[in-house]
Amino acid sequence: MDFTFNQEQQQFADALRRWAGKDYRFEARQAIIHSDSGVSDAAWATLTELGMTALPLPGEQGGFDGTAVDMLLVMQELGRALVVEPYFATVFGAQFLKLAGGHGGVLQRVAEGGVKLACALGEAQSRHDLHDIATTATGGGDGFVLDGTKTVVIHGAQAGYLIVSARSSGEQRDTDGISLFLVPCDAPGVTVRDYRTIDGQRAASVTLVQVVLGSDALIGQAGKGWDMLDAAADYGATLLCAEAVGAMDAIFAATLEYLKTRQQFGAPIGKFQALQHRMADMFIHLEQARSMAMLAAAKVDTAEPVERRRIVSAAKARVGQAATFVGQQAVQLHGGMGVTDELPAAHHFKRLTMIALTLGDAEHHVERFIAQPGFLPSETA
Amino acid sequence: MDLNYSSDETAFRDTVRAFLDSHLPADLQRKVRGHLRLSRDDYVRWHKIVAQQGWAAPAWPVEHGGTGWTSVQRHIWEDECARAATPPILPFGINMVAPVIMAFATEAQKAHYLPRILNCDDWWCQGYSEPGAGSDLASLKTTAVRDGDDYIVNGQKTWTTLGQHADMIFCLVRTDTSVRKQEGISFLLIDMKTPGIAVRPIIMLDEDHEINEVFFDNVRVPVANLVGQENRGWTYAKYLLGHERTGIAAVGRSKRELAFLKQLAMQQFKKGEPLLRDPAFAAKVAGLEIELMALEMTVLRVISEEGKGPGPQASMLKVRGSEIQQQLTELMVEALGPQALPFDPAYLEGEHEHSAAGDDLAAPLAAYYFNYRKTSIYGGSNEIQKNIITQMILGL
Repeated sequence: MDFTFNQEQQQFADALRRWAGKDYRFEARQAIIHSDSGVSDAAWATLTELGMTALPLPGEQGGFDGTAVDMLLVMQELGRALVVEPYFATVFGAQFLKLAGGHGGVLQRVAEGGVKLACALGEAQSRHDLHDIATTATGGGDGFVLDGTKTVVIHGAQAGYLIVSARSSGEQRDTDGISLFLVPCDAPGVTVRDYRTIDGQRAASVTLVQVVLGSDALIGQAGKGWDMLDAAADYGATLLCAEAVGAMDAIFAATLEYLKTRQQFGAPIGKFQALQHRMADMFIHLEQARSMAMLAAAKVDTAEPVERRRIVSAAKARVGQAATFVGQQAVQLHGGMGVTDELPAAHHFKRLTMIALTLGDAEHHVERFIAQPGFLPSETA
Repeated sequence: MDLNYSSDETAFRDTVRAFLDSHLPADLQRKVRGHLRLSRDDYVRWHKIVAQQGWAAPAWPVEHGGTGWTSVQRHIWEDECARAATPPILPFGINMVAPVIMAFATEAQKAHYLPRILNCDDWWCQGYSEPGAGSDLASLKTTAVRDGDDYIVNGQKTWTTLGQHADMIFCLVRTDTSVRKQEGISFLLIDMKTPGIAVRPIIMLDEDHEINEVFFDNVRVPVANLVGQENRGWTYAKYLLGHERTGIAAVGRSKRELAFLKQLAMQQFKKGEPLLRDPAFAAKVAGLEIELMALEMTVLRVISEEGKGPGPQASMLKVRGSEIQQQLTELMVEALGPQALPFDPAYLEGEHEHSAAGDDLAAPLAAYYFNYRKTSIYGGSNEIQKNIITQMILGL
């Protein structure tokens, strides 16, 4: 058993931290958030240069075959620095293509930083159930036609291609009959409406009206997309857990520093036990969350589906709880400063809150955890 | 990063399992699994079986009878013992007084006490807390006054766990009242048969006799029973805090109890369905299971960092570990509902085969719940643990 990171992993993390500490400081990030595009081409170029876009991609397509553990370190750093670039959306999207095989040309461009991806999975009614899909895919054989509306597509307007889930057959909530497609954002019939999110990112509503696709747009098998979607979502949730741990590290450190420096009643406020115990509770939440983020990263690539679902759901639920607790307490401990836009910790709080709601909240994942075989004791026990 | 056991570690686990399969007496296993009370003989019998195998003190240096196992192997051993439902090896000798003896006692003291601790020839208990010295332990008042080759000890210790069985007690006593409170404390080993010692039971809220008051009335203790230097006892007591304490999280035990809770909740019914199929109750159990998964990983992380200095992280493990233990018992009682009310202490003591109300699985659980409120209080209350976290880890 080994909890350490190798030198290469550490180097990736260090490089990212150095870059973010220099070029992606709070003020620079604020400027990006309030810019028209909401992202920074310069930042993307640097991320590409540092090898981040290539890291999780297959060697065949110019990637480094990075594991989820490699990505754990990367996402922690991006969480710490609150990076709002379309990195998560892109590597999450790439995971579908990796799992399915094929689409090597697109993957290669992703590795080179030349194209970004986004995942159009959720719909207005679907909440956390990614199999609840009203968007339809008709046709087969020599092509498909997509119709429907996808909501809160993270970095949808910044992407070159969308990963779209659509229903080829079955009822709206069936896991059977789901197909996944790689859709160019500029395909006729695709409308992407860009907006800001509360945590400084961009997202989009995507409408698909009679979008005609060739059969090569299909990712995996028609009607059999659920297992891949479920597996890719677990990968995405694992990355979000890591990002949350990085953000919690940052907000925790900032709060600790504030408690040591802010003076009231003639003493640093960190001398007051009511506040000390809150910090101790935050510390425990953070370490428990870190443990689960590590467990998920170590298992998501290789575990059998039941075990993978069990572990990732446990991790996302636990990290989500910690994110909410640590975020809220950090704001409280900062007092009035905590509810201002000028405090970085307030932005970590917003990101943590939204991570907890993305790709399944704690309640959703506890339910999923319960639903896995093995939660109920076996009949013979 | 690799979170799997190595093939050597897996082989070690199989060896441990084989030993437990063949050596754990069925009557002891039944008592532990069924939450029945253990007698002095139960503890000693199991300790001697493990000592016979050479595994009673895995963390000790090999020259004193340790196993030479790695920290991961020691974790596997504890985990497997908990899984198999062995009686505990009580910590007072092996884990608490022995490390102090090894670090600070004379060669003669080591030669005398350590083999006897290893083999459970002496039952040890702890004389730390006093009526006026709980969380503020250093304010203890029991005095030891030098008189020739003896100390004369006067005072009172309390919360002395299983002291009614003890042959020996290790005590913090005040040998200098003129200095700062931490600086006048000494570490004494006292024979419980010495004239002037009286043990009075404290009956806990589950009517179990688990703890005691120990009174010292002009008790003569040979100076040869002093450990280390006079007035350095506080340092020795604190040394223990830095010692291996990851076991305090009780993850193995809680895993066994989680499985028990699930079985229990399959046998209780709500609206005609097994309670564990009720979404609200299942969510509570699942939340606890997830917290326990996280704690197990956190324990393993702390273990893997062993050697990088003593761990105030043990405080985090104690807080979360004790909370999980308590929540498990709380859910057991909740699962039982009104079936939690029947109380049959004679059954718990093993005096008859079945409990008065008939549900033997359920019979001990309310008592267990009430008893386990102790876990967030003993060994440094959870509030004290949070003080340690804020001071030692966070530097506040």
